[in-house]
Amino acid sequence: MAQVALGLVNGAFYAMLSLGLAVIFGMLNVINFTHGAQFMMGAFAAWLMLGILGVPFWASLVLAPIIVGLIGVVLEKLLLKRIYHLDHLYGFLLTFGMALIIEGMFQWRWGSSGAPYPAPITGGTDLGFMIMPSYRLFVVVAALVICLATWYGIERTKLGAYLRAATENPTLVRAFGINVPRLITLTYGLGVGLAALAGVLAAPIMQVSPLMGTNLVLVVFAVVVIGGMGSIMGSIVTGFGLGLVEGLTKVYYPPAANTVIFVVMAIVLLVKPAGLFGQAK
Amino acid sequence: MSGQRIVVGLVLAAAALAAPWFAYPVFLMTALCFALFACAFNLLLGYAGLMSFGHAMFFGTAGYFYGHVVKEWAMPPELGLLAGVGGAAALGLVTGALAIRRQGIYFAMITLAFAQMIYFFCVQAPFTHGEDGLQGIPRRALLGGLIPTKDDRVLYYVVLAIFLFGYFAIYRFIHSPFGQILKAIRDNEQRAVSLGYEADRYKLLAFVLSAALAGLAGSTKAMVLQFATLTDVSAAMSGEVVLMALVGGLGTIVGPVVGAFVIITMQNYLASAGEFVLVIQGAIFVVIVIAFRKGLVGELAEWWRRRSAPRPAAGDD
Repeated sequence: MAQVALGLVNGAFYAMLSLGLAVIFGMLNVINFTHGAQFMMGAFAAWLMLGILGVPFWASLVLAPIIVGLIGVVLEKLLLKRIYHLDHLYGFLLTFGMALIIEGMFQWRWGSSGAPYPAPITGGTDLGFMIMPSYRLFVVVAALVICLATWYGIERTKLGAYLRAATENPTLVRAFGINVPRLITLTYGLGVGLAALAGVLAAPIMQVSPLMGTNLVLVVFAVVVIGGMGSIMGSIVTGFGLGLVEGLTKVYYPPAANTVIFVVMAIVLLVKPAGLFGQAK
Repeated sequence: MSGQRIVVGLVLAAAALAAPWFAYPVFLMTALCFALFACAFNLLLGYAGLMSFGHAMFFGTAGYFYGHVVKEWAMPPELGLLAGVGGAAALGLVTGALAIRRQGIYFAMITLAFAQMIYFFCVQAPFTHGEDGLQGIPRRALLGGLIPTKDDRVLYYVVLAIFLFGYFAIYRFIHSPFGQILKAIRDNEQRAVSLGYEADRYKLLAFVLSAALAGLAGSTKAMVLQFATLTDVSAAMSGEVVLMALVGGLGTIVGPVVGAFVIITMQNYLASAGEFVLVIQGAIFVVIVIAFRKGLVGELAEWWRRRSAPRPAAGDD
């Protein structure tokens, strides 16, 4: 039971990251391989701001996503916007290259070994069946709130309606006088900010290191294949669900904990190739 | 034209034969292994339109297969190579059958995910020796003792022969009816299906062939360097082979060879730069995707065509 609850913590990160990937893919038609690097940049931004300027965790939670999101906006303006007319593969390759550059520079400057980030909330909370570290409980709740807020923003607000319309038919939306390229830039910034926010939340749990994102994003790709990128709610449910599955595997057969998500992916491909929430395409 | 080709061919053959007397043979052999690996990858992307982002799983596991058979079971290297190729092909059959159920970008993500799964498996499995890798694989004589392989120069010619075998096998695939159908499926899958071709079967066959050749490259590399490590199964290696094919030129048959030599040479010279190699590799990715999508060979061929084309065009006016 304790492992299952802790599985939810991993699930929280899967949900936040796959959600960001889905939002970006919906609008830009690009699988953002840089997502892991941007997650790492969020954690690093928080760590650096704490070490150099003494900025507390709670301020970083707001500042780091804005900083990293703005860097994302610059990258979109400089590089990504040049390849929208090409095959999806080029977007994948371009963002892969961007991830290598970012991670290489961080490794060059700070080395590969990690640095700890002090947890802002200490102690545990008694849940009845277990005592869960309070910070981890906070992460799960915060991730749920962030995911639901994103869902609400896209499915229930006017800006979200523009976004969905522009995904559906950019030319028509443009004819209505809406600046679609700016909407695209905004979406990328938002998706990247989401990754950075997840990174800040992860800093006190994982070691802050240049490669912390890559290892995670490879698993998140499998999560995205399982869930399909068609639905926002689908990404959230799949992310948390797979975290639980991973937690359960840790209880019953620990050696497979690392690989169970990939096995689930293989089974989903056999049974429902389009993904659990995806449309056949 | 064909006279020109023969001259170029002869020069290349002479260069390939003389190379170990002018350059470090182990470097050449490593480059040849990667060249074959990149060609195998390119067979899939360039001619079947399927981008595998997990080809390291075939390259790396084949190295382990070779090492295990030759070192632990003390069998001749030929059987090691066979095990590497067979193992990679079998792995290709399983992962390929699942991956071709999705298209485009999902295909890339699925292969990447499977490769990561194999990587995690290799980290834990006892026969890979985890972080230490499988070291000290003995170099035994080939063909029952006829060809001694202790000498790097002799081994070089063996590796050259293996490379040429793989290269011409790919050449034959591409120029056979099978290759033509593959290209038709790449360009318009629905039409190929409507003409009665079972697209999935062709894709799967291409995937298995590509995996087997990547396995040949991986087990040959293990034979040369006498070790097999986690690096060769990692996602970074999958990315590297994509880079090689991209630098040389996707969909050209010589491109990946050129790309492999360029990248391996670069890594050789930049070995002291440490993490900065990553930054440079990333920058190359970005520059090529933004500005030179045809790669070295593709851009050069285009330049040559443009240079020789204007004359008849001027006559038309």
